[in-house]
This record gives sequence, C-alpha cells and structure tokens, in this order.
Amino acid sequence: MTHWLQRTALAGLMALTPLVALAEETPVKGATITVTYKDDIATLDPAIGYDWQNWSMIKSLFSRLMEYTPGTADLVPSLAESFEITPDGLTYTFKLRKGVKFSNGREVVASDVKYSIERAVNPKTQGPGAGFFGAIAGFDALSGGKADGLQGIETPDDHTVVFKLSRPDATFLHVLAINFSSVVPKEVVEAEGQDFGKKPVGSGAFVLKDWVIGQKLVFEKNPNFYVPDTPKIDGFTVEVGQEPLVALLRLQQGEVDIAGDGIPPAKFLEIKNGPDAADIIVDGEQLQTGYVALNTRVKPLDNVKVRQALNMAVNKERITRIVNGRATPANQPLPPLMPGYDKDFKGYAYDVAKAKALLAEAGFPNGFETALYASSTDPNPRIAQALQQDFAAIGVKAEIKALANANVIAAGGTEGEAPMIWSGGMAWIADFPDPSNFYGPILGCAGAVQGGWNWSWYCNKDLDARAIQADSMSDPAKKAERAKLWGSIFTDLMADAPWIPVFNERRVVAKSKRMGGPGNFYIDPTRVINYDAIYVKQ
Amino acid sequence: MIELILRRLGGALLILFGVAAITFVLLYALPADPAVQLAGRSATAQTVANIRHELGLDQPLLVQFVHYLGNLVQGDFGRSYTQKTEVMTLIVARLPATLILMVTGILVEVVIGLTLGTIAALGRGGPVDRLVMMGSFIGVSAPQFVVALLLLYVFAATLQWFPMSGFGTVRHVVLPALTLGVLGAGWYARMVRSAMIDVLNQDYVRTARAKGVAERTVVLRHAIPNALLPIVAMIGIDIGQFMGGVVVVEAVYGWPGIGQLAWQAIQQVDIPIIMGVTLISSLAIVIGNLIADLVAPLIDPRIRAR
Repeated sequence: MTHWLQRTALAGLMALTPLVALAEETPVKGATITVTYKDDIATLDPAIGYDWQNWSMIKSLFSRLMEYTPGTADLVPSLAESFEITPDGLTYTFKLRKGVKFSNGREVVASDVKYSIERAVNPKTQGPGAGFFGAIAGFDALSGGKADGLQGIETPDDHTVVFKLSRPDATFLHVLAINFSSVVPKEVVEAEGQDFGKKPVGSGAFVLKDWVIGQKLVFEKNPNFYVPDTPKIDGFTVEVGQEPLVALLRLQQGEVDIAGDGIPPAKFLEIKNGPDAADIIVDGEQLQTGYVALNTRVKPLDNVKVRQALNMAVNKERITRIVNGRATPANQPLPPLMPGYDKDFKGYAYDVAKAKALLAEAGFPNGFETALYASSTDPNPRIAQALQQDFAAIGVKAEIKALANANVIAAGGTEGEAPMIWSGGMAWIADFPDPSNFYGPILGCAGAVQGGWNWSWYCNKDLDARAIQADSMSDPAKKAERAKLWGSIFTDLMADAPWIPVFNERRVVAKSKRMGGPGNFYIDPTRVINYDAIYVKQ
Repeated sequence: MIELILRRLGGALLILFGVAAITFVLLYALPADPAVQLAGRSATAQTVANIRHELGLDQPLLVQFVHYLGNLVQGDFGRSYTQKTEVMTLIVARLPATLILMVTGILVEVVIGLTLGTIAALGRGGPVDRLVMMGSFIGVSAPQFVVALLLLYVFAATLQWFPMSGFGTVRHVVLPALTLGVLGAGWYARMVRSAMIDVLNQDYVRTARAKGVAERTVVLRHAIPNALLPIVAMIGIDIGQFMGGVVVVEAVYGWPGIGQLAWQAIQQVDIPIIMGVTLISSLAIVIGNLIADLVAPLIDPRIRAR
C-alpha cells in the first residue's frame, strides 16, 4: 500500500515537474545535441516525406503559412502575417510576412507558396499528401493530369496569396500547416530534381548542413529565422543505424540526448524504476487510437449485435498492460486530446456475460470462426493473441494472421477479405489535430473503397452528411459548436460498432538529463520532436 | 588463366541475369503494393494510382523487367522509392564500411581459426584439442546479437576502451570485427583441424619426420600450405556473404554497411534497393569464388597442372 502511495505521489510530482522546472530553467546558448534513430531518414522533400522520423525534421527545415504553438494544437499564422476568410468559407486571403528568406538567400514570395502546393498535388511529384488539398478549386484537373496548376490559388502581388475553394473546408487552416504545404524555392527544386530531398532548401528554423548517407545528418540553426528566439539550440545531429538498446546505453552515458526510437520493451521497467526515470523518460499523449476494425461486409460481422458483442468481450485494461501500461483504454474513435472527444461517453463496458447473451440473440449461441489480421511487428502479435483469448471467452474462434504491414493494409483495402484487423503499428494517428481527420479516410464512405483505409467498410450516408455539415463550419468563431457536432458523429457511430476502440497509445521518448522543456516539446501533438522549441538547460 | 577468368565472368553474367529475373519476379509477386506503402495513410485512390503510374508499376511485369534490365545495362539501378536517391549512391556510400568490416572480420577469423585449428590438430584427442573444439562449437552456435551486445557492454560501455557505436577510426572497427571474427573462427578452426589431421597422416609428412626435419618446419613448411586449400575456398564464400551485409553486427554497432540498407529496404518494400543490393552481393559471391579459384593454384601446384 505504501508502495502504491509512493508511486502515486511520485507520478503526481512528475506531472508537476515541467511547470516547476520551467520556472527555473534557462536555455543554454550555443548548445548542439545528438539524436539517434535505428532506420535511415527517408527523403526530406516536404511534398513526399511522410513518416514519423522525417516529419519533425521537415517541420524544422521549412516554413508554412500556418503553424502551431509549440506543444499544443493551437493554430497561429507563421509565414503568413494575417489572413481573412470570407463568410461563405470559400475564399482565404493570406498576407505574407515580408523579408523572409530561403537559406539560399532569396526572399520568399507569394508565387513560391502557389508553386509549392501545386507541386504537392502534381502527380509527377509522387507525393502522398495530394488529397489533403482536395478542396482547392482546380484540384481534380491537376491531380487527374489535365492541368499544370491550381486555378484556385491566386497571387495578386508578391505578398498576397488567395485560395479559392470549391467547397467549404473547416480544416483548411490545418491543411496549410501540414508538411505538404511547406514552401520550397522553385529554382532549387528544379535544379536538384529528385535529389531535392537530400539537399533541401527552405526557410525554417534549421538548415541541413551535411548528410552522410547511412551515418548522420547535421542540422544547423538558421540565423535568419523569422520567429524570435527560435530555435533554442545551435544545431542537432541525427545519427542513424543506431540500435535502440545501444542508443539508450549511450544516452545514459551522456553521448546521446534524444533516443528517437524510445525505450525497448525489455528495458522499460528497468529504466522506469531507475533513479533517473523522471529526467529521462518523456511519456506523452498523442492523437492516436488503436482499434479493431470489424468488417461490416463480412458475415457474421455484418450483424450489428455480433459487433456489439465483440466490443463487450475485450478486456482493454489487460491489453494496455501488454504495452507496459503506455496506453489508456479507449471507448470511442477520437483520442482524448482531440477536439470533440466526449469524456462522458461510456461506450461498451467489458461484460462477458452480456456479450454472450447478445451473441446468442444474434443467432450464434456457440460462437463462430473468423480471422484477425495484425501487423507482425512487436507488440502487435501479442496484442492480437490477447484479443483472440478475449474473443474465445465468448465462443468466437479467431485465427490470427500476423503479416507485414503492407500485406495487412492490402487485405484491409480489399472488399470482403479481412473480417477483423487490429490496427496497431499502422493506424491511426491524426495528421493534424482535427476530428475530421479521424473520419473521412477510416470511417467515412469515401474510405470504403478498394485500396482504402476504411477497413470496417462502414458507410453511413447520414453520418457522411453530418460530416460534410461539420466541415462547412469554417468560421473560427464556431469552433466549439463544430467540435461538438463532430463528437456526436463519433459517439453515434459507436451504436453501429464498426470498431472496437481498444486504447490510446502514449509515445515514449528517452532524453538525456540536460535536455529541458516540457514533455510535449518532445512528443508534440503535431510534430513528434519539436526541434524549434527544445533546449539544453543550465 | 585469362581464359578461365573470362569464362567465369561470362558465367557470372548469366548468374546475375538469373538472380535479377528471380528476385524481380518474387518481389512483384508480393501481395504488398509499393505504391500503397508509399502513398501512406491519407492518400486517396487517385493519389495511389498516380504514384503507381509514375513508378511504372501499372505496366506488365515483362515490360517492367525489360525496362529495368535496359537501365541496368547502362549502370542505372534506379532510385529508391522511399529516399528518392539513386540506389547506386546509397550502395556506394555504404561500400567502404562494408569492405572494411569484410576484410577485418575475415582477417580475425583466419588468424584465430588457423592458429587454433593447427594447435588442435597437433594435439589431436588431447585436452587442448577438446577445449578448442568446444570453443569452436560455442562460436559457431552463439547468436551474433548476444555476443555483439556482450562485447559492447563489456569493452565499450563498461571499460570504455572502444566507442559504442559508429564508423571512422580504427577503434570503431575493433569490436564489430572481433564479433564477426571470433564467431566465424569456429568454422575455420574445425576446417583447419580436419585438413591438418588429413595432411599430417600423409606419407610425405612421415617422410619429412623420418628425415629428421624439425617438427616446426614440418608443420609450417609442409603441412599448413597443403591444409590451406579449403580455407581459401571458405574465404571466397565469406567475401560474398559479408558483402551482402552482416545485418545483426551492423545494427548493434551502428556500422553503416550494406546489411542495414538491405534490411530496411525489405521492410519498406523498396524494390529498387532490394534489387540493387541483391545484385551487388551476388556479384560479390561470384567474384569471391573466382578469387578463391585463382588463388588455389598458387598455393597448390597440383591444381595448376590439371
């Protein structure tokens, strides 16, 4: 009991430390830090890069019209000085900040913004983020290869960009803050071609000084960055090819400042119970929900009672223990950090007896056989096994198919193929902090297509209409009303139980003791590591 | 001699073509669609289709293969799907590290293996022999991952004699080469031992001994050179294997070799890299064997006569 008390008290203290510490901490000037990853860094081309490693580096190399206050989901103008939205939500006018320069010395002008977004949409770029710009007028023509540009982007002068939308899109400001909207200099992109991702030129907080393939990337502070007092460090070196276990050892010896791959499960408890835990472990919430997609087009999961019964069969508390408690049980699709999350919603409580009764009511008193797909990377097969046991307790025999991510994704996107999919390792982390990002691709009718990510193949026209209505509320003043509408969409769809929301996983990063700043600079909801904001403390 | 080299190189071309064809077909038979993988979570069907088209993945397999071969003949291995960099650049950047580890690793293997194998053969059946054989048995069966971490923990993390990770100085190469060498030496020791026992029973050795030649000379001048042949063949095989990368050792020591490149590419279905690495390491195996075949007659004149 005392032990429990101690731990709770410690946890309480840990939660308070950032605030207390921040009051005393002063960033050291001129510091450089070392970050490690196991895998190579993929391209740093902002129109192409789309993984959790290069995401934060691209964020810091380039700038965008909109940005988030570090550690939060609050949008602020960045490369834009100000903006206006017409009442119909169809025209956005941005005034650019003057005197901002690319690292090659040239000033950033309005045509660069237009060029960069057109490039992200252009099929020739092979960018994964084209679809985010679907609301801009002329999108279909460019994306379908019938035009060279977007007629919906106008540049009346060097410091004004006007976006004309073909439909209201309340998420548009978020879209202008994601990496795919990063502004790039046309002349450099054209000179470098596909090598631009290795020799990026932007106007962000850092510039890439050196890239030794397979070994390290050296980032240096951009002395001309337009945000005052940013960044707080003079540079950072990313060492790749570093085994997480070794990275952690090096971190404990002070050779490494951030172990990007976190703490390997085998080491987690040792570190957590060690003397330096509070200084080393950063454990933060992210915009993530792990779920089981129940295929509404595969028998007998097409029966809503069966899906509800499966929802009641899962012991989510137990599953969070498989990930060392680095997750919180979920009862709805939206993660708690997301606007619209309904903290009063109860969902389906764990109740084996009720689940069995419901299954019998649906005509399966003795259960049935089915298959559960899962990613083959740890800990997902272990989670799938826990789910399998839970299902077995109500008579449902699920065969586990643990495959490479790409194969699971392929099965999920093929109609009638995968009855159940555990999403871990693949889905879903929001691209930007807006609830619509948790609907369209994974629960809306648009995603229920060949190659889509709506693995439940759930399509509810009524909810789709409400989603469109919510996304038409572009007026920032209606933010709260819109979030509420979105929240109700997610809680209402749980009546149909297309998912078993299992948990919201937290992210863990290991940092050296000298690194300062609150945890959400290291697990920033929109950036992962926020290189612009972190610092070395005195 | 020159004829042999030409003949073998011709054969190598055929082998490479076969390897290319088989790898290509296998990769494209995978149910995983690289375009889907690349497009990521938020891509629309249109985006995926566009990427597939830009990569040429929407064309028939044969057309893609002929296209690939056409580029290959011109020395163009294509560009990585995920990094967008030329595959050749990625491989060349990792060649120095791979070669250094290959040479030092084989050196350690041979020195340890040859010494222990000879000692064991001379003391055949005795306690030293048994000790060496047991050691080599542990060596060949110990998992690389464990040994690598153990060496790292003791000599780098605790004693701090060597850096824990990276590439660039002589001190960096010691632990990776030792890991590879110590574990690989087991094979060599067993091989040398049996070859030596074989040779030591030959008539000419008995004759030499009968003549009163010093035992040291018998072993060093008469026995070892004749026991070297299988070792040379094994080195040839190791050259090929190490060129393909030693994934585990590279991963533990943060060694920027080809193995890590290949391993990541496989996970990301980065077909151009997988193809490139496969071809390069096949080429290395062919060349390694060729070198072994060319060196063999220098050691054993009987082969030259044939």
